[in-house]
Amino acid sequence: MSLVVVGTSHRLAPVEVREKVALDLKGAADLARRLADGGEAVCLSTCNRTEIYLAHPAPDEAEERAGAALTAGEIELYRLRDEAAALHLFRVASGLDSLVPGEGEILGQVRAAYESGTCGPVLDRLFRQALHAGKKVRTETAISESPASISAAAAALAEQVFGDLEGCRVLLVGAGEVSELAARSLAKRGASISAVTSRTQARAEELAAQFGGQAIPFAQLGEELARADVVISSTSASGQVMSRDQVPERKGLPLFVIDLAVPRDVDPAVAELDGCYLYDIDDLQAVVSESLSGRWREAARAETIVAQEAERFRKWQASLEVVPAIASLRERAESIRSGELAKAESRLGGLSESERHTVESLTTQIVNKLLHVPIVRLKEAAATEGAGYVEAARHLFGLGEEERASSDRKPRK
Amino acid sequence: VVAELLFWPALLAYGEAAVAYAGDARHPGSLGRLATWGVRIGWLVQTALLVVQAARADGFPWDTWAGSLNLFVWLVVGAYLIWGCKPRYRLLGLVVMPLAALLLALSYAAGGAGATGASGYSTIFLVLHVGLVLAGFAGLTLAAALAALYLWEERLLKRRSPRVLKFRAPSLAILDRLVARTVAVALPVLTLGMAAGFARLRDKSDLDPLIGLTVLAWAVYGAFLVLRYGVGWRGRRAAYMALIGFALVIALHLGLPTSHFA
Repeated sequence: MSLVVVGTSHRLAPVEVREKVALDLKGAADLARRLADGGEAVCLSTCNRTEIYLAHPAPDEAEERAGAALTAGEIELYRLRDEAAALHLFRVASGLDSLVPGEGEILGQVRAAYESGTCGPVLDRLFRQALHAGKKVRTETAISESPASISAAAAALAEQVFGDLEGCRVLLVGAGEVSELAARSLAKRGASISAVTSRTQARAEELAAQFGGQAIPFAQLGEELARADVVISSTSASGQVMSRDQVPERKGLPLFVIDLAVPRDVDPAVAELDGCYLYDIDDLQAVVSESLSGRWREAARAETIVAQEAERFRKWQASLEVVPAIASLRERAESIRSGELAKAESRLGGLSESERHTVESLTTQIVNKLLHVPIVRLKEAAATEGAGYVEAARHLFGLGEEERASSDRKPRK
Repeated sequence: VVAELLFWPALLAYGEAAVAYAGDARHPGSLGRLATWGVRIGWLVQTALLVVQAARADGFPWDTWAGSLNLFVWLVVGAYLIWGCKPRYRLLGLVVMPLAALLLALSYAAGGAGATGASGYSTIFLVLHVGLVLAGFAGLTLAAALAALYLWEERLLKRRSPRVLKFRAPSLAILDRLVARTVAVALPVLTLGMAAGFARLRDKSDLDPLIGLTVLAWAVYGAFLVLRYGVGWRGRRAAYMALIGFALVIALHLGLPTSHFA
């Protein structure tokens, strides 16, 4: 049973190409069922990739069918086999093949694809191990800990100031898309968007309703600043909308101000106030760049973990090849043993039942002991030397020759 | 000989932890784990050292300045271990472990690993007075380390350093709370130790300048708690105050050989 992966991703194709082969979960499950054809198939389709994983006894045909299903020859695809295919999936699940290394969403997408796929022993093992590798990378490295976007950086910095954001009051100044994204990121971590103020009252009310906050007139900004813990400002005003004098005495309580506007909304002198932390768009961008470079550094450590997991899978897959050979060897030894005992039946006729049992047991033990070392070596060699070693064992012990001979004797139609 | 055999591995482990913490601050990763193990092993070996000293001594074995320093280091590292094993508090080790290694070496140089002579004071009094005062000081040292970590992190945030998230330090709010809580636990312990000392005073000749300094340190930390919980002082001001109190604790330690243990 060989492993095959055929697919395309953001590394190979732009979005206008990827969208042609993108599938929802149900479509991916249907395609996997169709392509399995007596084997196993899983289709993984996300916004960055569409890939088909197949485990099939005829890998060339399976690869052909998967390629045709995806593109009908119009899109460039990558095609990987066995070890390379397993390593690829482990890298995908670990977020090492993502646009932003270590992004967390892919692990859930791999799980969903696995659960909706047509799995047998090979893909079942492959995907379970991929999920394990993905989790291991995220727990043993810091690849997914640092923020990868401006809004995530703003939320992470707020957490660095306040710890738990549960109960933190956020004031939105300006109701544009940028401040909405940042607010969403903070709200996801437990902060409450308490007030929204904007020059366009209708938009402020709409956004406030979304987050369960209150729309306030722009003139009340000063009063609301006294109650807020975090301020996100992103207006399109040409001058400053928040001056140092507007910020009331904080009595040691911190105030975290995020100025996402260009030109800037907040007077830079606000940063000089005790307990006030002011970050503008460039500061946040610098935090993101630093954290992305940190993610790349962690990715190098993650690659080692993924390679170890891929090696474990390779050994398991290789051990599958040796199982039929070992079974044949045992079968052949047993047939020789029982055959020889049957031949000696006339000479053993005078033995009591107990003596006959002893002879049975003795011969079985001799056979088992003779086979023990070759079987252990076969298992070890299958993982290191590959299929050639198994073939050599088949040849040495003459395994499968009788089946071949009997099939040769059968009349051909 | 046994004490000597135990002293060097303890010092080596603390030194290793201090170096590994410095490395971990530059490149977070496996060095942090090495540092934590250094602290754990060093503390266990030092515990064995103290047990050997206690077994060999007639009374309280740490009634000299050097001996008290040895016990103080053990208490500080023990208190640090409560938080130090958590990855987010590893940076605290940057302050605590070099100090621990330095003070332990100082204690050794002054004879703190050896046997002590019989003291004129009762063992119960020494356990209560020296033990509780040192335990209080250990807590206040930890509070100072937390305050230093707070100020360092606050500076990074104030200066908008892009590396601020790299160190995975606890948040400012948590550090601020921990400084206050640690002082709130350590000060009553110090108060009990001081009370034991005052109870033992016979006449005016027993008084020395160090007692005045101890009372001053106690007053600073008392004021810290009143301002923190009563008036609502937080953040930088509270952290600076904890450090001022700690400066007095250091002065007390340095002054011990010239007065109390003279």
